[in-house]
Amino acid sequence: MNKPIRTISTFCLLLFLALMLNATYLQYWRASSLDENPLNRRVLEEAFASERGAILVGRTPVAESKPSSDRYEFQRTYPQPFKYAPITGWFSYYSQTGVESSQNSVLSGDDSRLFVTRLVDLLSNSAAKGGSVQLTIDPAAQTAAYEGLAALGDDVEGAVVAIEPSTGKILAMVSLPTYDPNELAGHDFGEVGDRYRALQKQENEPMLNRAIQTRLPPGSTFKLVTAAAAIEKLGYDTDSQVPGGATYQLPLTSDDSGLIDNEGRDCGTDKIPFTQAMGQSCNTTFARLAVDVGADAMLDQAEAFGFNTDYLDDLAPQATSNFPEGMDEPETGQSGIGQFEVQATPLQMAMVAAGIANAGTVMRPYLVDAVLTPELEVLPKTDPEELSQAIDANTADVLTDLMVSTVDEGTAFAAQIPGVAVAGKTGTAQSGQDDVAPYAWFTSFAPAEDPEIAVAVMIQSAPGTERGEIAGGALGGGALGGPIAKAVMQAVIGS
Amino acid sequence: MPQTGAFLGFVHRRRRGAELFLLVLALAVGAGAYAAVGLGVEGTIPANMIGYTGWLAALVIAAHVVIRIAAPYADPVLLPVVAALNGLGLAVIHRLDLADDTEFARQQLIWMTLGVALFVGTLLFLRDHRVLQRFTYTLGLSSIVLLLLPLVPGLGATINGARIWIRLAGFSFQPGEVAKVLLVIAFAGYLVLHRDALALAGRRVLFVDLPRGRDLGPILAMWLVSLGILVFQRDLGSSLLFFGLFLVLLYVATERPGWLVVGGSLFLSGAGLLYYISSTTGKLGHVADRVDIWLNPFAHYGEGTDDLAFQPVEAMFGMGWGGLIGRGFGEGSPERVPFAESDFIISSIGEELGLTGVIAVILLYGFIVERALRAALVCRDGFGKLMCVGLAGVIALQVFVVIGGVTRLIPLTGLTTPFLSYGGSSLVANWVIIALLLRVSDQARRPAPQLSVESDSDSESTQVVKAVRA
Repeated sequence: MNKPIRTISTFCLLLFLALMLNATYLQYWRASSLDENPLNRRVLEEAFASERGAILVGRTPVAESKPSSDRYEFQRTYPQPFKYAPITGWFSYYSQTGVESSQNSVLSGDDSRLFVTRLVDLLSNSAAKGGSVQLTIDPAAQTAAYEGLAALGDDVEGAVVAIEPSTGKILAMVSLPTYDPNELAGHDFGEVGDRYRALQKQENEPMLNRAIQTRLPPGSTFKLVTAAAAIEKLGYDTDSQVPGGATYQLPLTSDDSGLIDNEGRDCGTDKIPFTQAMGQSCNTTFARLAVDVGADAMLDQAEAFGFNTDYLDDLAPQATSNFPEGMDEPETGQSGIGQFEVQATPLQMAMVAAGIANAGTVMRPYLVDAVLTPELEVLPKTDPEELSQAIDANTADVLTDLMVSTVDEGTAFAAQIPGVAVAGKTGTAQSGQDDVAPYAWFTSFAPAEDPEIAVAVMIQSAPGTERGEIAGGALGGGALGGPIAKAVMQAVIGS
Repeated sequence: MPQTGAFLGFVHRRRRGAELFLLVLALAVGAGAYAAVGLGVEGTIPANMIGYTGWLAALVIAAHVVIRIAAPYADPVLLPVVAALNGLGLAVIHRLDLADDTEFARQQLIWMTLGVALFVGTLLFLRDHRVLQRFTYTLGLSSIVLLLLPLVPGLGATINGARIWIRLAGFSFQPGEVAKVLLVIAFAGYLVLHRDALALAGRRVLFVDLPRGRDLGPILAMWLVSLGILVFQRDLGSSLLFFGLFLVLLYVATERPGWLVVGGSLFLSGAGLLYYISSTTGKLGHVADRVDIWLNPFAHYGEGTDDLAFQPVEAMFGMGWGGLIGRGFGEGSPERVPFAESDFIISSIGEELGLTGVIAVILLYGFIVERALRAALVCRDGFGKLMCVGLAGVIALQVFVVIGGVTRLIPLTGLTTPFLSYGGSSLVANWVIIALLLRVSDQARRPAPQLSVESDSDSESTQVVKAVRA
């Protein structure tokens, strides 16, 4: 009977080898893919229970991990929750958003740049700590933006973005309504879940970062792009005469729907100065200019400023600003005044202003200035990166002059700062729905000769404000957005 | 069987000293793991460390002493390996107790005490394993009765979907665990008697000797019994174990691979038939479910699904999380896996002791099987050989089915991991298995009786030598 016993032995050997190989496959080769499975609660719990790095604005943390006495050992806290929620996002047991998500590898300590720290922790057998993230945010600008927007009322929906034109650093990013990420970072998961569901149900969408996730027709602020294309393609400059007139019938149309007017602003008759057209935000002028420039050149110009692309790596998700392709002439005319299917995020309009301010060069916007080790040593800082050369320096100069004149003598007067040359442009965009008030826009930069900051303000809705006040155009973006932009610019220039 | 050691002038040594040394190592594993659990989970050495270690040591030393008295030539590796596995299992169960606030380890220690008592009793009272051959049919019948017990209304209990338990006076017990030992003995006794008939008659088809139709009776009966266990008790694992065991013993007894062909096709057709019935009619749904969970575990895990694969997927996550060296006791979350202390204990080991721990455990099982088969090889009588092979097969198949199921090598079926898993019936039965193996190996390694020693010096040259030459 010994021969079959030997065969059986070999068979058993094979069985055990198969077990060992399979265990090795599971615990070695497949381990990392199992760890990366989003359903794997072990990995999440580990992350939840570790000392995460801080998110810093200046030297002040806006998100930090504090020791807690329960089983998770650390509690994520947000000292200025409402003001910074759109940037930090939240770190909950279930999900992460904002910088908490995009910089997760640094904050959790897994980033390859923190390898040495991790190795030291491992060797000294101390619990791993995460690195910190230094934001580009200027606390004074952020505060000015937040307080200015909040001052419009409890139910205001809008966003403010400020950029340093020469680098692309985001100096302020505010979105209202906002929420308290502390409520989502709690350790009572039932309560967190209830709160999360309640926030999601809210109709005003507090968890939406309107600065990058809401795209709306930019209205008259888009005339900056139209003007840029006209200067580049048609050779206009500051002193040029441009087509004017009280009304403009779009090509190929014959009825009222194709008739552009100026909502009562003075846009002369046949020819008017470029400064007047910009200063009075003449729809007739810019619709005509867009038709003259042509759909393809308009598309090129818009895309040079960043439309139809994603450029912000530090926050996700973001809405892609849209400039339509293949438009016919009347559509091109509408697009020239920021209507039709043109849609922009507040960040995009800030980049338009910043591009003009930076002699035509649009810098890639970024939010993370530097990564710090747990010992707060600074690892190499983020290098500013050029996104595109949207217009040439001469065009930028012409546009700056037009925008300064708009602030000094035109619709954007609300942003005047004594002793500082401010360049600005208002905007009011039709929502396209009768029961929804128009959107108010304002974009500006200062000082005009050596810009330090470019701002875009978008007010999606401000209940309590007269509809007429917004629809007035001159008052619209200027009255609501102008003072906010002014306060934000002053916060940076003054310091 | 001419290759017995003594005949060639080779005499097995007793090696009891080696056993004692290995036992010290095994105790270090058990006690060390227990201390590590305390340090890892609670930050201090457990308060009852000395009492616990003392009790563990007393049990294994008692077993060792009894071996010295009753089976001095027995294999020296088996007891230390079993002691290490049992000690490690206790520590892991204790670790899960601390997480779940249960008292399984204490009960397991009581069962271990009972198991060692039965081990000692078996070795002391069963001085020759061949005695068991007399009870072939009695044992076979009692194992069938034991298997049927859970189906008796009022006595049997369905726990976790399988009707394999009986409840008596507050205790629940799996009679199948005892039945598998009795079945091995009954199989061995039956096959050693009928091996010639089963081996010699038959016809040759395509290079394979197939048995005669009339000899198919026993294997068909066993096939039906296995199917019955599967259908009526919903116990996939035991059904596979019993049929596989019978097949292996049939093959060893007859030395004819043809039986493997017949058995293998019976098994495949049975499995295919059940899967077909299960997936088309919805009856026996658990069979199709098991296969589907095996193939697509993630389709049955998480919110929005039926969550049937929660246990195996959590186990996989845990083992992946453990990686090569494990998280260390107290640093993982093995308690996330339901029944981590019984069927899924290997996933707890994988998570907190890593691949290293899992491989070590598999190797320990490998040693048990190897030692048992070695005893079968050197054993002088057919019954002992078959019994050893059968008992080795019980361990090997169980380990393969459970660990293979947990690590997703094969579909998951419920069986306990010998000596590691929480479960009294299984632990006690496995200690008896080891006692039987030691008994056979003692017999096998003991020097053959020197027939000539007592005889007169003048008769020795004439009789013995000539008889051999003839």
